[in-house]
Amino acid sequence: MIAFHMPTLGADMEAGTLVEWLKKPGDVVARGDIIAVVDTEKGAIEIEVFDAGVIDRLLIAPGQKTPVGTILAMIRAPGEPPGVAPEPVAGAPPAVAARARISPAARKAAGQLGVDLDAVEGRGPGGSITVADVERAVSGRRTVLSASDRLAATRAAVGAAMARSKRDVPHVYLSNTVDLTPALTWLRAENARRAVTERLLPAVLFIKAVGRACADVPGVNGFWTDKGFAAGSGVHVGCAIALRGGGLVAPALHDVNTKSLDVIGREFADLVARARAGALRSSEMSDPTITVTNLGELGVESVYAIIYPPQVAIVGIGRIVDRPWVVEGRIEPRSVVTVSVSADHRAVDGRGAGAFLTAVERWLQEPAAL
Amino acid sequence: MTRDEIRTAVLHALTSVAPEIDPQRLDPDSVFRQAYDLDSMDVLNFMIALHASLDVDVPESDYVKLASLNSAVDYLAGRLTS
Repeated sequence: MIAFHMPTLGADMEAGTLVEWLKKPGDVVARGDIIAVVDTEKGAIEIEVFDAGVIDRLLIAPGQKTPVGTILAMIRAPGEPPGVAPEPVAGAPPAVAARARISPAARKAAGQLGVDLDAVEGRGPGGSITVADVERAVSGRRTVLSASDRLAATRAAVGAAMARSKRDVPHVYLSNTVDLTPALTWLRAENARRAVTERLLPAVLFIKAVGRACADVPGVNGFWTDKGFAAGSGVHVGCAIALRGGGLVAPALHDVNTKSLDVIGREFADLVARARAGALRSSEMSDPTITVTNLGELGVESVYAIIYPPQVAIVGIGRIVDRPWVVEGRIEPRSVVTVSVSADHRAVDGRGAGAFLTAVERWLQEPAAL
Repeated sequence: MTRDEIRTAVLHALTSVAPEIDPQRLDPDSVFRQAYDLDSMDVLNFMIALHASLDVDVPESDYVKLASLNSAVDYLAGRLTS
């Protein structure tokens, strides 16, 4: 029997409220299946299962605020017979066993509006729950957090995590002004021949360059643990995304170093859309191995960010500005950007962080090779 | 297509990326990016939405010509009649 725990959803999240189960006892699950939706200060998160098997018992009822690490469900490994008789769960709704069908759009709307789907009467085909049903339920809903409460809770959670990082993590800061002209020239030409739906943003180049540099200098890509530095199992770049109305999330784009710019571009657009719609997945919240924060859009020239523990590095991207620049002995106008890295000095020294920053710059000079 | 229809399509595209915008209260000359804190992803999604509704593919070099509601309607009216 495998215990399925409430996953860690980032350094600034200590608990989440179970909104609904998407699986019931007896259901077969595969690794990566979404089995529950949890509401957090940062919106609804879809919780994925890490093991294949059959759901044996659900131990937490919807509506319960649950600390990270709590056992949510028991899962039988494939072939394992049912264990002890299922324990009744206090307050567990019998509706789980006879769940109505729910349209994906309705599920998304419920996540955005904080509506408990168990309390929604389905009036769609075959009693299924539609967006209209969710909207009708809004007036009488059981809201987990109001928008202003959510924002205040986010601020408090981010503040606590950042204070802890500043207190515990010895940060070393390095920065470099990078000539971005070759990359932007390449990008303009590339986008000129692409349909609007296929165009790439400069952010995609930054994310990929960081991913490539992580593969070159793996000492910045991973986590600080009780036993010291643990390298990431892949290059999963957390992308700091500002939410409309306030707040911030930094979910991961997975395996960035091995994906093409086109794939990263599509996945980044999808990630931003889901972050703003409140439909992120637990793996995206829990496994970034490094983070990139891009404040250039705000007109900020450089940013020295606070590390998001247990990661050991965060990259700050500033605004792309035109500056006089010396190229081969002549002064030329060039588009430049300040790229910084804040690194955990316990895991990596200035030399290692510098090698990483230099690698980011080198990759940005060769956009076609990204 | 009339200017009113284009205007409606622009507002629809704009509110699809920034749902908090109230079309009734929008200053037609205000610059979207600054007024509504749009980032480059929002701008790209705005162009994609216009492409979907009007079948106009705005080249990247022309994005600046769609900075406000009035300038966007002028630009798109020109593209749609030419």
